[in-house]
Amino acid sequence: MSKRIDVKDLNVYYSKFLAVEDVNINIEAKSVTAFIGPSGCGKSTFLRTLNRMHEVIPGARVEGEVLLDGDNLYGPGVDPVTVRSQIGMVFQRPNPFPTMSIRDNVLAGVKLNNQKISKGEADALVERSLQGANLWNEVKDRLGKPGSGLSGGQQQRLCIARAIAVEPQVILMDEPCSALDPISTLAIEDLINDLKDQYTVVIVTHNMQQAARVSDRTAFFNIAGTGKPGKLIEVGDTHTMFSNPAQKATEDYVSGRFG
Amino acid sequence: MTSTLTPVQKRSALTKGQLPKWAPYLVLGTALILGAAILALIGFNAFGWGIVSAILFAAGLVGWSAIVEGSRRAKDKLATCLVVGSFLVALLPLISVIWTVLVNGLPGLMDPGFLNTSMNGVTGAFDNKSVEEGAPVVGGIYHALLGTVQITLLATVISVPVGLLTAVYLVEYGNDRTLARAITFFVDVMTGIPSIVAGLFAAAFFFAVVGPGTKTGAVAAVALSVLMIPVVVRSSEEMLKIVPNELREAAYALGVRKWRTILKVVIPTAISGIASGVTLAIARVIGETAPILVTAGFATSINTNVFSGWMASLPTFIYTQILNPTSPSNPDPSSQRAWGAALVLIILVMLLNLGARLIARLFAPKAGR
Repeated sequence: MSKRIDVKDLNVYYSKFLAVEDVNINIEAKSVTAFIGPSGCGKSTFLRTLNRMHEVIPGARVEGEVLLDGDNLYGPGVDPVTVRSQIGMVFQRPNPFPTMSIRDNVLAGVKLNNQKISKGEADALVERSLQGANLWNEVKDRLGKPGSGLSGGQQQRLCIARAIAVEPQVILMDEPCSALDPISTLAIEDLINDLKDQYTVVIVTHNMQQAARVSDRTAFFNIAGTGKPGKLIEVGDTHTMFSNPAQKATEDYVSGRFG
Repeated sequence: MTSTLTPVQKRSALTKGQLPKWAPYLVLGTALILGAAILALIGFNAFGWGIVSAILFAAGLVGWSAIVEGSRRAKDKLATCLVVGSFLVALLPLISVIWTVLVNGLPGLMDPGFLNTSMNGVTGAFDNKSVEEGAPVVGGIYHALLGTVQITLLATVISVPVGLLTAVYLVEYGNDRTLARAITFFVDVMTGIPSIVAGLFAAAFFFAVVGPGTKTGAVAAVALSVLMIPVVVRSSEEMLKIVPNELREAAYALGVRKWRTILKVVIPTAISGIASGVTLAIARVIGETAPILVTAGFATSINTNVFSGWMASLPTFIYTQILNPTSPSNPDPSSQRAWGAALVLIILVMLLNLGARLIARLFAPKAGR
């Protein structure tokens, strides 16, 4: 239940403005890949192109190829909806649906698509997904309560449960811990560690310690200056990236000399 | 041995240089008495008394404050007086209207059969009899109430789908295209259309489509929906706009199609605001007189079919009872019925407003723990 992603010569534009230039990267299946880099260098923009979520932003478009186990996401006739059901996403701010209960939030991917599911199957799916997101024990007695009543960290894990309930191949996380306290962050990081047994995980983070803790491979993005496109500087094994990077810019960034 | 006596301090050093708490009341009392005295010199009337006392009160309090507390606090007091004064001025007509309608309308409303009889067969002879011999006022507003409810309901059934779908287009699909901007512009223009023009439009439309002289409840409903649609579009649009984009993205990221996201996530999240907006739009058109007059005419008997025959409504009932009393020689019973109908109309609008609040609270997303 996980696929690899290969990106070839990808450029991302906002209308005419080139936001991310010429990215080539291979994301291994069943591993955690972290994107680090200063603000505005295009990490999140690039992440969104991996499941075509950038298309929600007016004017955003890409050139190049993103291959999910060899299939181009941007090939002719590919439906973005199909892409997104294979590649799930967790956002910076927890965003459970306020009109739904905890249970319905987990089942949202199934119910919103009007797929028929028996009550027994639904119960099993809810339990499996919440277990998978390390949230089951905290909410099993109040599945009928609104999801917005949970704490921020619990809401974020609910969003992860919601994402894994549709059984995607890849999970993208856009700074999933930036709005959370250290304890909730730890819970999410533990969860990411568990998730990589089954899923391909890509995480954008501003926190270099977090990247070092959770990821197998790290990609460093940088930007030459305002108005210039963001670029992928270097990608490699996380340990190497933090101890002995090939590029000077990477070393300066991970050692805290700038950014 | 020396015993230190703590001096009994009447006022804290921290509150030095402030007017005592009872100061405004003292000034108010003085202003009222002085005002009465001044008015007595030039001929007393309650309205003038209120104005003169208010001016005296403001001047007295601000002046006293300026002497004791300094200019900053005096300015503060002046601003408070202005704000409260404006509020009272704004409230005065409203209270006056409600009071007048209540006093004049209650006798009509208390008449037996006022709410459940029509004006069918009620002639001037009955009214003459009730004035000359003290017989009870007969006739009621049942037909008008029924007409108002039917016409407004049909107008709502027409306006809500059109208005809501327009709002969905503008917010979700418009993307600031030329068409979306044109729709926004014309909706704004429609908001300002005089209601009589809407009535004439509906009358002319049915004249062209059905035939000359078509006056039914349905024509009136079309006229009212011309007035209602822009209000529904505007309020629904605002409500859909404040649904956070993150919820849409969350749904898209789960592989949900756009139309399903709108139907199952965006509209349910905004439904409380939309529903209360619709209720307020109903309250806005329920009192329209002119468009109904030219489209549904006025009837004195019960008509339960909106699609055929003239139909009465509360506003047109009031209008005809005042302008063409049932008994021209004794207009009092007619005006009593008109005031009663006015009271019922105000109560209806009030109930609709309360209903809007209730709906908003009922549908609002809950944050229970």
